[in-house]
Amino acid sequence: MSILVHKDTRVLVQGITGKEGSFHAKQSLEYGTKVVAGVTPGKGGTTWEGKVPVFNTVADAVKAEGADAALIFVPPPFSADAVLEAADAGVAVIVCITEGIPARDEARMKAALKANGARLIGPNCPGIITPGECKMGIMPGYIHKQGRVGVISRSGTLTYEAVWQLTECGLGETTCIGIGGDPVPGTSHVDALELFNADPATEGVVLIGEIGGTSEEEAAAYIKANMKKPVVAFIAGQTAPPGRRMGHAGAIIAGGKGTAAEKMKALTEAGVVVVKSPTELGAAMMTALKA
Amino acid sequence: MKVHEYQAKEILQRYQVAVPKGKVAFSAEQAYAIAKELGGTVVVKAQIHAGGRGKGTFTDGFKGGVKLAKTADEAAEYAKKMLGNTLVTHQTGPAGKQVQKIYVTGASSIAKEYYLGIVLDRSKQMNVIMSSTEGGVEIEKVAAEAPEKILKTWIDPLLGIQPFHAREIAFGLGFTGEAFKECVKLVTALYKAHEETDSTLTEINPLILTEDGHVLALDAKMNFDDNALYRHQDIMEMRDFTEEDPLEVEASKFDLNYIKLDGSIGCMVNGAGLAMATMDVIKLEGGEPANFLDVGGGATTERVKNAFRILLSDKNVKAVLINIFGGIVRCDVIAEGVIAAAKEIGVSLPVVVRLQGTNVDKGKAMLTESGLKFAVADNLKQAAQMAVASVK
Repeated sequence: MSILVHKDTRVLVQGITGKEGSFHAKQSLEYGTKVVAGVTPGKGGTTWEGKVPVFNTVADAVKAEGADAALIFVPPPFSADAVLEAADAGVAVIVCITEGIPARDEARMKAALKANGARLIGPNCPGIITPGECKMGIMPGYIHKQGRVGVISRSGTLTYEAVWQLTECGLGETTCIGIGGDPVPGTSHVDALELFNADPATEGVVLIGEIGGTSEEEAAAYIKANMKKPVVAFIAGQTAPPGRRMGHAGAIIAGGKGTAAEKMKALTEAGVVVVKSPTELGAAMMTALKA
Repeated sequence: MKVHEYQAKEILQRYQVAVPKGKVAFSAEQAYAIAKELGGTVVVKAQIHAGGRGKGTFTDGFKGGVKLAKTADEAAEYAKKMLGNTLVTHQTGPAGKQVQKIYVTGASSIAKEYYLGIVLDRSKQMNVIMSSTEGGVEIEKVAAEAPEKILKTWIDPLLGIQPFHAREIAFGLGFTGEAFKECVKLVTALYKAHEETDSTLTEINPLILTEDGHVLALDAKMNFDDNALYRHQDIMEMRDFTEEDPLEVEASKFDLNYIKLDGSIGCMVNGAGLAMATMDVIKLEGGEPANFLDVGGGATTERVKNAFRILLSDKNVKAVLINIFGGIVRCDVIAEGVIAAAKEIGVSLPVVVRLQGTNVDKGKAMLTESGLKFAVADNLKQAAQMAVASVK
């Protein structure tokens, strides 16, 4: 089992003929993902790499190929439009990799999706992967291994670090979901926790957070009240100075709020094993699952 | 991106937000001329990207970055004292900031002060307008000590501000009669300005009621979403590079995310989350990071070279820790970049490299065989320990 994406997920790639989109669509295809269609306005009727049909609109791709998930590699000024187009066409899972989308566009997009019911992952994220079945994103496929632990993270390479440890120690992953580093994520820590909590194959969850916002505090409240599985967490930015944006648009301690210390405290009080160093995530999960 | 008060007010005026009349001056002569033109008592305000100017002190002992001048001569006198001088406030840090321009505005007779602020409420994923009768003090302080004195009004991102929102705020602040109407108008205009300019923070502190019954934005602060600057050429042109750290400005030219800190271990990492985590691990092992630096996903030779150069121009740096998780970017490509950059720049400090991911063995072998003195670590913990040991 897994969450959101699996071996039968039919993926369409928006921006498949662009440099990034083309490169990563190829990687996903090689991983075994069912990449069934591409969408680039104006290039409908052509084929990409000689095998994947390209359509002018998402609606056409859904109709012709039965695509039910969208992977978006569209530049920031056009990303919100791409997400809304996918949602309007009835795509259930939308993964937006693009970094640099204005926060105003994200807030409007999120509000519109609430009414539509589509699940958005990202923006500004590595994507989602169910090892051995479906890779929708830019993560290196080979570091993952089908297994027992769910991974939720606001970061890219830091997630790979955690995944690598889980793979090395033999635990493996059910699904890894990068929720992204922007201020208005489509999927929050809590949303992802709910899904893993309900997934019978997931035995434990690794949660990676960082400074800024209150997503981790909300996760702590959810875990305390509802979580049936052990959670191991790491919060990046324990040494980050206040008032400075640490790379990610959402990683900022503003008005004294959103510090790593507050988040670590909330999670610890909720019964989460909070590690001080990301190098301890794998070992901590091993211990948590033995207990 | 931050702008000065005079620039924020320039933007707000385009949206019909009422502000006192004023102009920016770069010299005492200009300040004199503006004061003459405005007539009567004026306010001379130092323009720096930090709050608390009124209560600040200049490094030469002169007190106050906001001064009331009764005559144009007095205004010129204050301008002379402020320009080129360094102002220290609770927000600037002990080094302070050099004043390069001043804002001269007409003086207002204040009957009462209020607070108005607009930010994104990340938890509710929509903007919130905060208003309070406690004006002129820091809102964080009010939030901590008397949170009931802050009225919060959330705005749906799809609908935008509605007349009832503005009325709720004007009633909440206790306005009546003509002043109530002016407040409703100002709040509506302020929200429109915030929304249309992609501001991330719009703060009027204080908003005032004058003795003759008008509502004015006496001070103004605006920060803008860097991701949205592409659609605001006019605002982008307001960027004041002299307010930023020169190394950070240099890094931004190469699309490098660099933030200078006070420690001795320079870090070069791919990915923002991993970069923060690397700083945390250095601290955990007893060291202090000199910076945050994300070289991004495509760590090419050119990027690594520029990153190296910027790291090393910070004189506090005594060792460098490179932490790369090669995913799509292969470790051997990164090793090649690191070697080329180190050879070209001539790095003499200890450099600890930790590589993981795609083609890691090839990358490590290239570093070891390069003839350069790289210390190659197997994992992040060991890398941090090696870097910390090398500066002790």
